[in-house]
Amino acid sequence: MNRTEVLEQVQDIFRNILDDEDIVLTDESTAEDVEEWDSLTHIQLIKAIEKAYSIRFTSREILSWNNVGEMLDCILKK
Amino acid sequence: MNTYQQLKRNLKQDLGSFPVLKVALLGDSATQMLATAIRGEGVVRGYNIHLWEAEYSQVERQMMDASSDLHQQDFNYIIVFQSTHKLMEQHALMQEEEEKRTLAEERLEFVRSICDHCPTHIIYFNYPEIEDAVFGSYANKVETSFSYQVRKLNLGLMQLAQEKKGLFICDLCGIQNKIGRDRLFDPAVYVSTEMLLSIDALPLVAGRTLDIVCATEGKVKKCLILDLDNTLWGGVVGDDGWENIQIGHGLGIGKAFTEFQEWIRKLKQRGIIVAVCSKNDEEKARAPFEKNPEMVLKLEDIAVFVANWNNKADNIRHIQEVLHIGFDSMVFLDDNPFERNLVRENIPDITVPELPEDPGLYLEYLYSLNLFETASYSSADQERTRQYQVQSQRVSASKSFTNEEDFLKSLNMESEVSIFTTFNTPRVAQLSQRSNQFNLRTIRYTEDQIMQMGASHRYAPFCFTLEDKFGDNGLIGVIILTKENEETLFVDTWFMSCRVLKRGMENMMLNTIVGYAKQNGFKHIIGEYLPTTKNGMVAEHYDHLGFTPLKETKTKQYKLEVDAYQPRKCYIKTKEK
Repeated sequence: MNRTEVLEQVQDIFRNILDDEDIVLTDESTAEDVEEWDSLTHIQLIKAIEKAYSIRFTSREILSWNNVGEMLDCILKK
Repeated sequence: MNTYQQLKRNLKQDLGSFPVLKVALLGDSATQMLATAIRGEGVVRGYNIHLWEAEYSQVERQMMDASSDLHQQDFNYIIVFQSTHKLMEQHALMQEEEEKRTLAEERLEFVRSICDHCPTHIIYFNYPEIEDAVFGSYANKVETSFSYQVRKLNLGLMQLAQEKKGLFICDLCGIQNKIGRDRLFDPAVYVSTEMLLSIDALPLVAGRTLDIVCATEGKVKKCLILDLDNTLWGGVVGDDGWENIQIGHGLGIGKAFTEFQEWIRKLKQRGIIVAVCSKNDEEKARAPFEKNPEMVLKLEDIAVFVANWNNKADNIRHIQEVLHIGFDSMVFLDDNPFERNLVRENIPDITVPELPEDPGLYLEYLYSLNLFETASYSSADQERTRQYQVQSQRVSASKSFTNEEDFLKSLNMESEVSIFTTFNTPRVAQLSQRSNQFNLRTIRYTEDQIMQMGASHRYAPFCFTLEDKFGDNGLIGVIILTKENEETLFVDTWFMSCRVLKRGMENMMLNTIVGYAKQNGFKHIIGEYLPTTKNGMVAEHYDHLGFTPLKETKTKQYKLEVDAYQPRKCYIKTKEK
């Protein structure tokens, strides 16, 4: 699984959870750039990603990411 | 079961045609997602929930301050979710042992004052236990331990709910018992959102909450229809014989069916009507009930027994005609996916659970569906099966009379008329919640409200029983009149159990209230019909009874002149007390 594939899959999860087909993610994307991405939908996104990859993030990890790229790093490490 | 995401999507539908319920939600943790789940589950159940969410951690202020936002609006339901988590924090901060001893009582006092301040339905979440392992199992011996106090609190809530009729406990503990604490609570979700329910638990919690709402609104299951072979017992009675079906304790699958039957018998004792619908020769189908000593269910537990080779949808329609209840209040259990689909396709309103293949899993699966939520329970419920069996006898008796009048005369019917009493209020409240078809205005009242109306001089209540030579139907009809002024009575409530349709009961009821009006100097009686999806049966009720439609009223209203009234013919004697 390479980074581009993961980015695409994560983008799909975002589109599904936030009900917005037009979302395009890059490493630099932050909550500022995506409408509907707020603290509540954030946790929904996290849980959906955890389910998709059968992984668990720690509470610290969830709070630490500054952008999508850092989240991807974390997924790839698991 | 819907996911949270699906519930959230439901809210994008146009809900314009759904009835509105005004609901308040108060919690001591983040409740935004619970609010979304409750509204989304409302859509599943056919309601447009207008949900007002109190600001974070304002339970006490909103409840106790008469000028708060909560008290400025009329809510149908107030949902309160105070968490075990926060209670634990309070316990931890207590310095003195003595204080810890009173933790449960203090919270119970608060819930009691909520009930006193809010004259509406309150749905209060109970406290799923957190085992803090401070004492280990020894906590059971220590009154000040957190486990001791939480269990005491949960028991206290049950006791309080018995006393306060408007208080309903939403059994969060029940959910935790079923799915486990590690699925109900997700520490990572809590840390990042202050939310005490995991995302996967939200639909379950919203579901249990809406179960209570629906039951209170009168949407309840009243009847359980059962297949026999491989549903109620193992094997095929037609092939194996009544003595060789799998049932009974001991090794093997038999005990799964025994326990399943024990559950069904408990439902029957609670007042759920049990019917049988089986593809079998009738005689062979009855044999296990009559002869096999391991059978828990006996023929007298079954209100309607249908075994033949017709298709099951037609047979269920027949059962519906005998029982006179809506398809939406019926549950059909069958191990065969083909039969389940056939029934679902032909009778869309009926509930057909997707029973697991393994009979050993039937019960745990059915527990998880919580199909039989109720908003009331009275001792009369236990009599119901017998009453429906008697009803089947009446149906056969009526066939031997060519004219209806002779048949009605032959029944020797008697009705007792009374005001609201402490004995009949539970049943009155229950009928008020459950009568959908013969109900002119469908205004639902709780026991508390019934008692208040009974005590007020503004109202004149009438409760009717009906007894005949086949048996006693108990309390079957209620009229509540409002004294609008010295001359006018308004029929605030008129509902009747469908068990006693076509017996002339409505004539007898009208004679009674007109008699009351005459005696007390009233000149007019105003009736009103408010249509719902279910009460079409009484759309012309007042026309049939000789009322005159009023013109230029927003709703369908009618008037009856008391002085010109001629008593209507009926064959029901008023029973002297």
